[in-house]
Amino acid sequence: MNRIELTRNRFLKNILVNRYPQLAVFMVMLVGYIFAILAGLIGTPVGSHNFSIVFVWIAWWAVLILVAVPFFGRGWCAICPIPLPGEWLQRGAVLAPPDKKPMWLNLRWPKALRNIWLQNISFLLLALFSSVLLTTPNITGIVLAVMLFGAIGLSTIFERRAFCRFLCPVGGFIGIYSQIAPIELRIKEKQVCASCIGKPCYNGSAAGYGCPWDVFPGGLTKNTYCGLCMECIRTCPHDNIAVSLRPFSADLAKPSTRMDEAFKAFIMFGSAMIYAGVLLGPWGFLKDAAYNVGTGAWFVYVLAFLVLIFGVLPGTFSLGFLSTKNPIPFKQRFASLSTSLIPLGLMFWVAFSLSFVMTNASYIMAALSDPLGLGWNLFGTADAVWQPMLTTILAPAQTLSLVGGLIWSARTAQKAANEVQVSSLPLIAYSFIATVIMLWLLL
Amino acid sequence: MRFYFSLLLFVMAGLVVAFAPLPVQSIAPQERTFRINARQYAYSPSEIHVNPGDTVTFELVSTDVVHGLYVDGYGVSVEADPGQTATLTFTANKPGSFRFRCNVTCGAMHPFMIGKLTVGTNDWLYRAIGLALLAAISVFPLSSLFNRNRKKEVL
Repeated sequence: MNRIELTRNRFLKNILVNRYPQLAVFMVMLVGYIFAILAGLIGTPVGSHNFSIVFVWIAWWAVLILVAVPFFGRGWCAICPIPLPGEWLQRGAVLAPPDKKPMWLNLRWPKALRNIWLQNISFLLLALFSSVLLTTPNITGIVLAVMLFGAIGLSTIFERRAFCRFLCPVGGFIGIYSQIAPIELRIKEKQVCASCIGKPCYNGSAAGYGCPWDVFPGGLTKNTYCGLCMECIRTCPHDNIAVSLRPFSADLAKPSTRMDEAFKAFIMFGSAMIYAGVLLGPWGFLKDAAYNVGTGAWFVYVLAFLVLIFGVLPGTFSLGFLSTKNPIPFKQRFASLSTSLIPLGLMFWVAFSLSFVMTNASYIMAALSDPLGLGWNLFGTADAVWQPMLTTILAPAQTLSLVGGLIWSARTAQKAANEVQVSSLPLIAYSFIATVIMLWLLL
Repeated sequence: MRFYFSLLLFVMAGLVVAFAPLPVQSIAPQERTFRINARQYAYSPSEIHVNPGDTVTFELVSTDVVHGLYVDGYGVSVEADPGQTATLTFTANKPGSFRFRCNVTCGAMHPFMIGKLTVGTNDWLYRAIGLALLAAISVFPLSSLFNRNRKKEVL
């Protein structure tokens, strides 16, 4: 299937090139984000009645996992407010053309850390404390504030969006899952970029800023590290950059060979299974262990979590392609084949989130009217009664997600296996067993 | 053509796995009573099995704060004050697996205070596993036919 270039539409392109529509969305998001921090810190400690918990972990999460990531890839990153204040500080401007002289230290990010290992660690840190984070407003408020001020701090030390690119716990998984999305930003003609003088898309010009994500668009082959900020569309003097519709998971046809990305796939895949068991399962001892941070049970939980993600899951996965006769190095085979877990992992998260979101979505109406839990009734919905939604279609919807994910994963496994000259059968068997476990946990 | 025919066959097989009626074991309905202890954030017992048609009574005993018990799919609920026993009776006339959960905000982990009620066998789980197996198997012939089609188109 060919690409459909969306930016051929003059109206859409004008919206993307013009800074004001994006700024308007950014401002709304930033106000919402700061309000979520304040609500977490000064609002009611009852999570299900606090804006920070309800709007971040139910409403935002639902939109992110069920819509934004599968259909728009890094679409969320395009409007995320976290890097904004730091970026404004770094540039010394909100919309004005960049000053040639750097305002702050403007250092390059260290070469040894130019990967997503730190994002893997930051996600795992949140994941290990997730039972507290998801349910305790002031912890959510503190984490949101740390992310905002961390991004500001890094903007004064390092060039571009160092936080988004190398540290953001959310950005890491959005990146690998964005390869699935049916949307991409790419150049139109390679030759035009090769002969372009000054590379304003990367270095900036009077028309706009150099790529905040530290990516040269001329070399883009995957969505993973493109934040869809649209800056390159504004700066390209040759109108050589396009946003296009494409088939789902087009990026996965060429599997990654990076271990940081491979382990990100395992971290996300494993975390979805663990959350399904711990948060949605009937086993109280698991919830106690995950919630009581610092106790012996919690340390056992942490150990089990890490052993599963870094030992059991990748270990059993590797059993299918251990052969020493294969001319392709084991690490490369491992990294390439783990691509097959990306669609399955995303669909695991979709299935998990459907259950969590449908059960708790009715809290949104109450929190909208009384966001701090102070007895307000702004829109007359403060007394909305908790009621699980659409429970009759939950199991079929989860089944469709998981079985669909399995088919998608199996097709990806076949392509990846072909690339590294191994059989896809063990990979498909692995995905099947994982899907059965997830079905058992959720149904 | 063979690809679409095979795809149709697998889709039809999938529909059979998902919706074909299964033989029902008829067991005479009984009155079943379960005493369920509720504490932050767990029920004990947390997994309950009954037969379709049983008249089920839950005696909910809260051992710390006020807790509730809401049964998904049935839409029935009960609340128990600390140290008190509250009773919920309903007829388990819908087969399958249902979560029951606390419906009174009882603390931080309240949204995850969950138990599981299985009425008869959890047929949907077995059907879903069947669908997953069919999906995993179907990928081999379908992708080979798809690739052959594509090669023909290229030639």
